[in-house]
Amino acid sequence: MASKLTTSNRAGWGFALPGFALIATFIILPFFLAFLFSLTNQRLISPNPTEFIGLKNYRDLLSVAVLTIEPERDAAGEIVRDDAGEIQYPRVRTITRSGDFPQYKGMREWFRWQSGDDAKVVIAKDVVFMKALRNTLIFVLFIVPLQGGGALLLALLINQKLRGINIFRTVYFMPVVISIVVVSLLWRFIYDGNDGLLNNILNALSFGLFEPVDWLGNTDTALGSIIAMSAWQAVGFHMVIWLSGLQTISPTFYEVAAIEGASKWQTFRFVTWPGLRNTAVLVLIVITMQAFALFAQIDVMTNGGPLDATQTLVFQTVERGYGKQDISGGSTISVILFLIVLAISLVQRYLTRERD
Amino acid sequence: MKLKKTFTAALMATTAIGGAAAAQTELALWYHGAGNEVEGKIINQIIDEFNASQSDYKVMIESFPQLSYNDSVVAAALAGNLPCILDTDGPNMPNWAWSGYMQPLPIDEAEFANFLPGTKGIYDGKLYSIGLWDAAVALYARQSTLDELGLRTPTLAEPWTGEEFMAALDAAKASGKYDYALDLGMNDQGEWYPYAFSPFLQSFGGDIVDRSAYQTAEGALNGDAALEFGAWWQKLFAEGYAPGTSEDPADQQTGFIDGSFAFQWNGNWRAVATMAEVDDVLFLPAPDFGNGNTIGAGSWQFGVTTSCAAPDGATAFIEYALQDKYLAAFSDALGLIPSTASAAQMTENYKEGGPLAVFYDLSAEQALIRPVTPGYVVEAKVFIKALADIANGADVADTLDAAVDEIDADIEANGGYGH
Repeated sequence: MASKLTTSNRAGWGFALPGFALIATFIILPFFLAFLFSLTNQRLISPNPTEFIGLKNYRDLLSVAVLTIEPERDAAGEIVRDDAGEIQYPRVRTITRSGDFPQYKGMREWFRWQSGDDAKVVIAKDVVFMKALRNTLIFVLFIVPLQGGGALLLALLINQKLRGINIFRTVYFMPVVISIVVVSLLWRFIYDGNDGLLNNILNALSFGLFEPVDWLGNTDTALGSIIAMSAWQAVGFHMVIWLSGLQTISPTFYEVAAIEGASKWQTFRFVTWPGLRNTAVLVLIVITMQAFALFAQIDVMTNGGPLDATQTLVFQTVERGYGKQDISGGSTISVILFLIVLAISLVQRYLTRERD
Repeated sequence: MKLKKTFTAALMATTAIGGAAAAQTELALWYHGAGNEVEGKIINQIIDEFNASQSDYKVMIESFPQLSYNDSVVAAALAGNLPCILDTDGPNMPNWAWSGYMQPLPIDEAEFANFLPGTKGIYDGKLYSIGLWDAAVALYARQSTLDELGLRTPTLAEPWTGEEFMAALDAAKASGKYDYALDLGMNDQGEWYPYAFSPFLQSFGGDIVDRSAYQTAEGALNGDAALEFGAWWQKLFAEGYAPGTSEDPADQQTGFIDGSFAFQWNGNWRAVATMAEVDDVLFLPAPDFGNGNTIGAGSWQFGVTTSCAAPDGATAFIEYALQDKYLAAFSDALGLIPSTASAAQMTENYKEGGPLAVFYDLSAEQALIRPVTPGYVVEAKVFIKALADIANGADVADTLDAAVDEIDADIEANGGYGH
């Protein structure tokens, strides 16, 4: 293999060279730069010299601690409760902002739960990053089955010899061709809380019973709305990949299955699905990687809001690196993102490996 | 499409008079107003007339959409591709000057004695940029609304107090005639936030950052006054006085004109369009929440970059553009406040007794520029997020604390920004 690549293949290498040069300049080099920057205090524009600061950027992003907060007690030692009977706790800021606990300085509450009378509060140095991480993972978790499964379903539907099937193929593929920025803008109108298309349709279907929802302005629905819209937008792309996989399956297998009297489900389970193995691995990995890179929809539709419900890692990378001129902070997030995606891809490769 | 048109128009305009003399030095000018035809027309006219007025320099304009203008400049600065003459939004200037991308204007400051204070970009004691106009914000209202609700008309000398303001909102809300009592333009989560809303915070007695040394926001952005401001701010949205961050931009544009808002906190750049639709529109001064009332100041200004090979030519152009007739032309076309009183007299709207003359007074009396520090760029972003979060129901104290921590960490990471 090695000899084949290195010898007697000058023309091949010559053709590959421009591509390699571009990839090296715009992907490999920036990657190493990002890794380097994440260990410094590099700014976007600044007259101050860049200094090596070790792992401070990583500490600033990832520091987490758990506080146990005891309830407030009145003079008699009784637990103070509000009118609704909820136990009252001292504010977290009385701890994080007091000089007594320098180790918690600059941290704030991420989430809490109750254990007995005490409250366990998880505080993080960078809550926005933590929320971005959580949202990105949720997004990936939902988008992979939605997009992959939806695309397969569409591919099966359009892999038929029907009159005008190309119209359907075109229609399903259309959102992929349109710029994501345009699609995001359109969906912003669709999701509009007052007189958006979605609210109007739901209203009409329920004969006016449906209360209009501010889809993007509500912390409960914002991320879900982005997920649904993103799945719809890219489903056509993966449909085409599934379709190409479907068409590599020899028709003779289907003929055999028909002769053997296999049901539709059996045909899919024992002929189609095994034939799509490699395609499935490709689609899975591509969707996962693309999903981690979620940015444009957020930038156009929500800016990470409301209340960080739609923050994502890449959006934060850009926001910090460009918006806040903190290249080192942005680089640190992208290195962490790289490690996450790498780990997940390796696991996926391992789980979907050929078992002989 | 519009952008392309403006750009080609600009290109044609500049090439048409080119070729006259080969010894001319070309000066590139970057402008933020791509897509705005009226604005493009005036700036091109100034450039044409400047180029025709002398033979040493030729100014060539390149226009960018405002939304991505700052990003373009920073990217160009990194790549070493900055133009000679740079258009900059007032509060951003200190950051670019501190980073070494802009040089002080070699013009005696005394020349601008009669300019509105907000039009002068002064950093570190030196004049770096100067504006052809300033902008101001006012509370848009209808005379008929005030009459109907039985409200006193506030004046510059005697503005509404915080209580009067809330009483006015309550009255508007109780009348049931409006979707919202007040519109703040919350959908525009950009420079609008610190520009339009930090004066409220200041009126409560807080600020984005402690201006005494610009080394911390502790106490300014999370002190008692700021907490009081935060509680008031949250109430506006929690109790339905004003539409929140997910407001539809189209509704925001037309809401006051259509009568869905009783009051609107809006810039003077919308005044001309609003006057055309609403006969009895009033532009009221900001309410006073106890610590005086201010409004934002400092709009787009011209400066010279350090990489400019011919700063004399760039300065000559800027001085040329500062003629009263051009200030008046911009004002007439866009409704902006001309930088000088003499130019104001030449305009339709700002001359003595003109319909917008109140804005000139507002700007002259109440204008307070945003924090003059290189760290402002980050502080503004943090402030925007904090105000959006509080509006969306986040805990006031925690949110402001987090904002303070982020600002302080940034100042520290930048070695105090050279103050």
